Amino acid sequence: MHLLVIDLWFILGKATLIACIIGLSFFVAMYTTLAERKVAGWLQDRHGPNRAGPFGIFQPLADGGKLFFKEEIIPLASNKFLFLLGPGLAMVTSLVTSTVIPWAAPVTTATGTFPVQVADVDMGILIVFSVVSVGVYGIMIGGWASNNKFSLIAAIRGASQMVSYELPMGLALIAVIFMTGSLKMSEIVSHQAEHGINFLYQPLGFIIFFICALAECNRTPFDLPEAENELNFGYHQEYSSMKLGFYLFAEYINMFVSAAVMATLYFGGYDIPFVNEASWGLESWIMSAISFGILMIKIAVILFVFIWIRWTIPRFRYDQLMNLGWKKLIPLALINMIISAAVMLWLKK
Amino acid sequence: MNITIIDILWWFLSVVAIFSALMMVTSKNPVYSVLWLIATFFAISGHYILLNAQFLAIVNIIVYAGAIMVLFLFVIMLMNLNKETEPQKNRWLKIAGALAGGCLMLILVAALKDAAAKEQVASVNQGNIGLIKNLGKELFTTYVVPFEISSVLFLSAMVGAVVIGKKE
Repeated sequence: MHLLVIDLWFILGKATLIACIIGLSFFVAMYTTLAERKVAGWLQDRHGPNRAGPFGIFQPLADGGKLFFKEEIIPLASNKFLFLLGPGLAMVTSLVTSTVIPWAAPVTTATGTFPVQVADVDMGILIVFSVVSVGVYGIMIGGWASNNKFSLIAAIRGASQMVSYELPMGLALIAVIFMTGSLKMSEIVSHQAEHGINFLYQPLGFIIFFICALAECNRTPFDLPEAENELNFGYHQEYSSMKLGFYLFAEYINMFVSAAVMATLYFGGYDIPFVNEASWGLESWIMSAISFGILMIKIAVILFVFIWIRWTIPRFRYDQLMNLGWKKLIPLALINMIISAAVMLWLKK
Repeated sequence: MNITIIDILWWFLSVVAIFSALMMVTSKNPVYSVLWLIATFFAISGHYILLNAQFLAIVNIIVYAGAIMVLFLFVIMLMNLNKETEPQKNRWLKIAGALAGGCLMLILVAALKDAAAKEQVASVNQGNIGLIKNLGKELFTTYVVPFEISSVLFLSAMVGAVVIGKKE
């Protein structure tokens, strides 16, 4: 008889995986900031940061160190607890989504098969969606607790933008779910491995999803919550030191995770498209490592497109943003959904 | 007695749910109330997951914690309601409210005391009706008429909201 019936190895294994994924998210986010500045430099015909280490490779460390050592200011009139909670929530919600993403092909050993995924739950996609819908709170709470009207306006803008763009995002997702017939992320990947990547069948759905992901990550052309020239600095105006760092960093982690979600949903995840790699007969852990690399390459390409768009397209006006979301993307996503449903039904007959 | 991880989670979630529900009612600051209510929703979603009603849990978070509470926060933040602006209610009103709430609790306790359901313990981590496949099948076969009628209700609510919003 045991007093405490807990599968310790299971918990330990998952904890290690979670730690690895969080570490990975931080690492990728760090170097996305560098990539952003480098790409911005190239697009503007200059070098970008190149002083810290070779090719500026230590620049993110320098940036992080600078943020840590800056003076920490909490405004007197702010709501202290919520002021601190805001950036924390932003960070947590940006990290949570990565739990349902399958990062690599499962590793088979003598004792069993270990999926490289924290939670392969039935509700995979819906968990992504629910975290996206909860992600508003970090911005709203931070903006309100700062007790600054510019912060509040920016926070309200950000929240209404995120709420508006969730709808077309969900509608675009439904078409993917139709095709797969399952909400499980692992099944979506294996379905694409068999039938070809979803992007081929759902190009419009992908474009809608991509636009919504830009809006959800508050990236240009949808970075209205941070519109410097109208709202000073946006919802994190009163923040300094690493609390500001958390907000900025959460945005990059959001980018990384949403790139991972898009790679998984539309580009076959860790699977190599158009190649039957199972026929190579490699050992499963090598296969797993290769598939992880493939996923990272896909993510890197999507991240590059994010950055490319930021330095190419100017910001929308707020009414244009709302028009695009409600009057263009939602009808488009609905049409896309109906057409895919009709085609699926027709093909089944 | 064996304590499983489910027991630990159940106790943890129950404590969180009751505590945050109490805090939601007793907080003076309406923004705090909304945040505590969100915490309550999360704890209850945790209970749904323990009961293997995954779809319900996720929908609870998406719809209540993610959408409705955001609108609540919107209104409260924009109206700048806080401790100072909260209207002081009449003392008799408070007593009447407490009495009414107490009566409801009395009736609930009295009704459930002899109910047959008392013997049935919630089957934790069992059953699969809460999984999305089974739930969808039930909704679109057995309960298709009420389901469609409720969707018409939603549509009429949406139309009503647009009409009210359009009014100059």
